[in-house]
Amino acid sequence: MSLYVILAIFIAAVVTFSLRALPFLLFSGNRKMPDWLSRLGAVLPSAIMAVLIVYCLKGVKSDMIGTGVPSAIAVLVVALSYKWKHNTFLSILFGTAVYMLLLRIL
Amino acid sequence: MKKPEILKLSLIKSLPILCSYLFIGTAYGILMQQAGFPWLSVLLASTCIYTGALQFVLTTLMASGASLLTIAVTTFFMNSRQTFYTLTFLDDISKTGRRRLFMIHSLTDETYAVNCTLELPPKEKREVMFYVAAFSHVYWITGSLLGAVVGQLLPFSTDGIDFCMTALFVTIFLDQWEKSNRHFPALLGLTVGIVCLLIFGEGQFMLPALLLVSAALVYDNSRSRKEEKA
Repeated sequence: MSLYVILAIFIAAVVTFSLRALPFLLFSGNRKMPDWLSRLGAVLPSAIMAVLIVYCLKGVKSDMIGTGVPSAIAVLVVALSYKWKHNTFLSILFGTAVYMLLLRIL
Repeated sequence: MKKPEILKLSLIKSLPILCSYLFIGTAYGILMQQAGFPWLSVLLASTCIYTGALQFVLTTLMASGASLLTIAVTTFFMNSRQTFYTLTFLDDISKTGRRRLFMIHSLTDETYAVNCTLELPPKEKREVMFYVAAFSHVYWITGSLLGAVVGQLLPFSTDGIDFCMTALFVTIFLDQWEKSNRHFPALLGLTVGIVCLLIFGEGQFMLPALLLVSAALVYDNSRSRKEEKA
């Protein structure tokens, strides 16, 4: 394991734990969260998730046919199965299986 | 409730987490192994970081040699939601005594969701929260180690298993979409993400995209608040 990998994991762990512990430092007792922050907290997750989906599909730009078509179909499979059953686990399993299959046959 | 009952209830409550953590954890382990990272780094990440979505992204960031600053900022934005999870259970967690640090560390998207469904007297609720958290952490570490070790022994190619991460994000995205009646943040995220990808390229777009999205949302919030007051 290189020093870079250890540092990367260490930094990610420290930042994550700090975020999880932050409310204890800031808002324990009677202090309440400022209004702008609670508003941001309500809308930030869905915007971040959208950026992350773009991040996951970024490779599509350089390989439209090879990964673009399987990705598009598999995302559709995930979305439709989730709309139908609302079961995260099944949708992930199903979508990943479809993607891996399409990678091999297209 | 006696201890065996607490344990049994915690086990039942954590079953959905068992399915998803074992599967996604295994996929994570395989991905790390494919990217050339040793099983020890998988153990380290799954034990110390313990957020599925970020660990996937961290794998690709580390594989492309991203700067430690990019890693810190991406972690900050991706996991800022954890702050709001802790906030929901601030009272419960602050009464867990010696277990407090572990309770803070082990609150994830999934355990948060399960905790929200617990309708028990406060003391028993805190017990169940603790065991659900402990079981779930074990599932995650087990799954990811399984992937890291077994991944190289599988008789078939695991190419494409990384789609697991995309699928996870799509389901969370849809869930949030259905729960909110205002879709501006989600659409903003998509637009800014794509525009930044086109301008800055694959390796560099995350940082500007995350900063821009947050700034735009703070601005939008303050504007809509003024409208409410007016």
